[in-house]
Amino acid sequence: MAEAPSPRLPERDRPWMMRTYAGHSDAKRSNELYRRNLAKGQTGLSIAFDLPTQTGYDPGHELARGEVGKVGVSIAHRGDMRELLHDIPLDQMNTSMTINATAAWLLSLYIVAAEDEHVAPEKLQGTTQNDILKEYLSRGTYAFPPGPSMRLIADTIAYTVTHVPKWNPINICSYHLQEAGATPVQEIAYSMSNAIAVLDAVRERVDQELMGSVFGRISFFVNAGVRFVEEHAKLRAMSEMWDWIGRNRYNVEDPKQRRFRYGVQVNSLGLTEAQPENNVYRIALEALAVTLGRSARARAIQLPAWNEALGLPRPWDQQWSLRLQQILAYETDLLEYPDIFEGSKVMEGLVHELVEGAKEEMARVAELGGAVEAVDYMKASLVESHRERWRRIESGELTVVGMNRFESTEPSPLTAAEDGGILVVDPEVERERQEAVEAWRAERDADAVRRALDELARVARDDSENIMPASIAAARAGVTTGEWAQTLRDAFGEYRAPTGVGEAAAVSSDEVGELREEVERVSEALGRRLKFLVGKPGLDGHSNGAEQIAVRARDAGMDVVYEGIRLTPAQIATSAAQEGVHVVGLSILSGSHGELIPAVLEALREAGVEVPVVVGGIIPESDAAALREAGVAAVYTPKDWDLNGMMRDIVSLVAERNSLAAA
Amino acid sequence: MSEDLAARLRERDLSAAPAVLNLIETRTPAARAETAELLRALSPAALGAEAQGHVVGVTGPPGVGKSSLLSRMVAGWRARERSVAVLTVDPSSRRSGGSLLGDRARIDYDPADKQVFIRSTAAGERLGGLAPATRAAATALAVAFDVVVIETVGVGQSETEVAEVADSVAVVIQPGSGDVLQFLKAGIMEVPDVLVVTKADLGRIAQRAMADLRAALRSLGARDTAVVAVSSIAPPTGIDELLDALDAHRDEIDLRARRLLARRAHALADFAAEHGARGVRALGGRREVERRLAGCDPGLDVPALVRALEERASRQQSRES
Repeated sequence: MAEAPSPRLPERDRPWMMRTYAGHSDAKRSNELYRRNLAKGQTGLSIAFDLPTQTGYDPGHELARGEVGKVGVSIAHRGDMRELLHDIPLDQMNTSMTINATAAWLLSLYIVAAEDEHVAPEKLQGTTQNDILKEYLSRGTYAFPPGPSMRLIADTIAYTVTHVPKWNPINICSYHLQEAGATPVQEIAYSMSNAIAVLDAVRERVDQELMGSVFGRISFFVNAGVRFVEEHAKLRAMSEMWDWIGRNRYNVEDPKQRRFRYGVQVNSLGLTEAQPENNVYRIALEALAVTLGRSARARAIQLPAWNEALGLPRPWDQQWSLRLQQILAYETDLLEYPDIFEGSKVMEGLVHELVEGAKEEMARVAELGGAVEAVDYMKASLVESHRERWRRIESGELTVVGMNRFESTEPSPLTAAEDGGILVVDPEVERERQEAVEAWRAERDADAVRRALDELARVARDDSENIMPASIAAARAGVTTGEWAQTLRDAFGEYRAPTGVGEAAAVSSDEVGELREEVERVSEALGRRLKFLVGKPGLDGHSNGAEQIAVRARDAGMDVVYEGIRLTPAQIATSAAQEGVHVVGLSILSGSHGELIPAVLEALREAGVEVPVVVGGIIPESDAAALREAGVAAVYTPKDWDLNGMMRDIVSLVAERNSLAAA
Repeated sequence: MSEDLAARLRERDLSAAPAVLNLIETRTPAARAETAELLRALSPAALGAEAQGHVVGVTGPPGVGKSSLLSRMVAGWRARERSVAVLTVDPSSRRSGGSLLGDRARIDYDPADKQVFIRSTAAGERLGGLAPATRAAATALAVAFDVVVIETVGVGQSETEVAEVADSVAVVIQPGSGDVLQFLKAGIMEVPDVLVVTKADLGRIAQRAMADLRAALRSLGARDTAVVAVSSIAPPTGIDELLDALDAHRDEIDLRARRLLARRAHALADFAAEHGARGVRALGGRREVERRLAGCDPGLDVPALVRALEERASRQQSRES
């Protein structure tokens, strides 16, 4: 009798790379944080940049106000990058940089910082996110129009594949699509379509024999929600499709080059402000989605912290998340087995369903001319999916424990601490950074900088050249992030992505029925339709909330002015005045409300606009009180998930302010 | 209040624009009486001449790049030191009564520049239709601003309606879309004052589209209609030619005659909005109303024209009863 084959692997698998998405304030403070994290057993770096760095502005720029060092570290030049990586061995480290519009620039700074440490580019390992289409669709840190942006991506890929061969020049992100409300099918279809758009663009800029290596260097950054069985199936479906695309569309023969490689940050969208300790369970289950099956296991994982819906996580919160990864990898038996779903009819069925659905949706994108041309379509579809998700939460069809069900709770000791359980960035950082960059400018060789920028401008205007060598030379000369980006803005022009809200379907009238009558009644009394300006001040690109508010307000019968992200206080005030709105709603999720909201209030006063202002975002209660003190009529946070209730408040605010009788 | 606003507009105080629009859009009886008052105070009879501003209609099918073009046009006019008011009529039809107005986002302007004014309104019930207040707004703002742009979406109906209000109409199309060509040939669409072909950066395709349009215009006997190719992406091209073509058109037309027609169309639209299709039928139908308006004193302002129609209607009613 033959012995049954062992269900175990001959040797326990090596764990995935463990990272924490981290960085704040300046290079020095972030470097200290990185070294502490590495000492705790973290095995790779994941750099979070602040919004000015991500969108190409120096700390002194008007749009940078309130954002310097907030959601990540501020990096303006080679000196900053060198300090950020101080005492970290770059020939051994694997560094992931969440950077997109300015990816070519931050990669240049990284290469030059390594040069300073005598580490050759061939030895550098890591990833630049560098995926611009999802910035248009969801995350909002784009800087340039689609055409030139795709060229920058193609340039970095073409450059790294020969000069920095171990680098992953792009992480195609399905992550942010899910955050924007994508269904699993949409997540697969749009990220694969996006990858195809990138590969097609690179194909025109490299030797054809390099396409196999190019394909092999493309990696993905995915999301995993709490429906972890289906989420695991999604990853298997993505592996299958990636292999298929490599073989059939790009004739990649080496199966190793067709392997679906992905890193992951699990879902933030589903994390709640209510009973935030429950988020730990959600994160653990989501981590299973990306690790359970060996044939679709993540290469690198970073987990969010339990308090992300409250504010920025502290080092201790991040440590707690890292420990979860370590328990999963080192305590459990997860890494001892081959793929545990092989032969599972259920898993096979789920994968089949997803692949078929995704292929259909990809065909629709292809019909529109590919992912670049289909940005409007995809954006509108995402807004629509998110609206549907929200409707299901409001109606109770979708259970979110602690939020729309099982709401009663004991007071949480976790948020009782003096800091409210979150990290607060020292407001002095912004001024410090402005001075530091001024000092840097004063000390560098001005002629060399001018020459480097002239050359960069020339290359930018010549589509046949690669942007990387001129960018690296500019990094060496001491050029700043804002100068690099402005040079390209001058050459490429600026861009505003579609908001997607115009096309979103309306909710059925029985859901907003009474609300609609109230809007009609107040509009009638006002003599014209209630007009509502929804504004996103500053650099924060997280527009999901603002979009859903805008769509619901329309469904309730208001005229809604929504201009998308990245507006200065002066722009918002001008729009409010010119449009004659009755109420203004502002949304900020980056933590810069303390600086930006008062600035908008001041600009509104200057423009002579006297209407109620409401604010929504990730805003701790102590800050909310200060905002109300400053004149904000109401503050909403993620725990206010009942949009209709919010709309009713807004209508009565307008009625009150115009001395109309409330209902 | 309306007297004050009228005075400010006559002194070319551009900061009056938001309040003017708030008033014109307000449908309470008091506000409507004030609007009528305002229009009277800004009528050619009161001003002693036609309002000096150039009322420009910009229209075309969705997705042809109208907003980015408009953005460049505004910059172009500002470079010529002209003040600009833009009235965008958003196509997002009034589902649920509400609407999403996003067009102003696509127009780049410096918020510190007080010579630019942008106001979004939702279209009426029809796609491409003007918002009810747009005619009055254009009339009033043309007193203070050098240029008043009315932007609408659509092909067929919309440019006819815009042509009733504007001194000059530019229809914007993109190369490769045959609709406009077909509409022109079939006579569904009237020949616009200026035809704009976007995406000139497409080179050969754009050239080809221009050639096709010119041929079509020739066969319609409209060989003098300006056709301009523009590109709104950096570096923009053709914008100055387009502004020149619009200026040339304005110089060439009989402004008084065109404005007179605009006032009559405005009066008819207001009368129809107030009294419905039945009210118009009771006066013998559109043609009859137009004929009747043409018979009125050309010096009358719009509220007076509407009143004339209403008096006629009530006389008729009393005869019938």
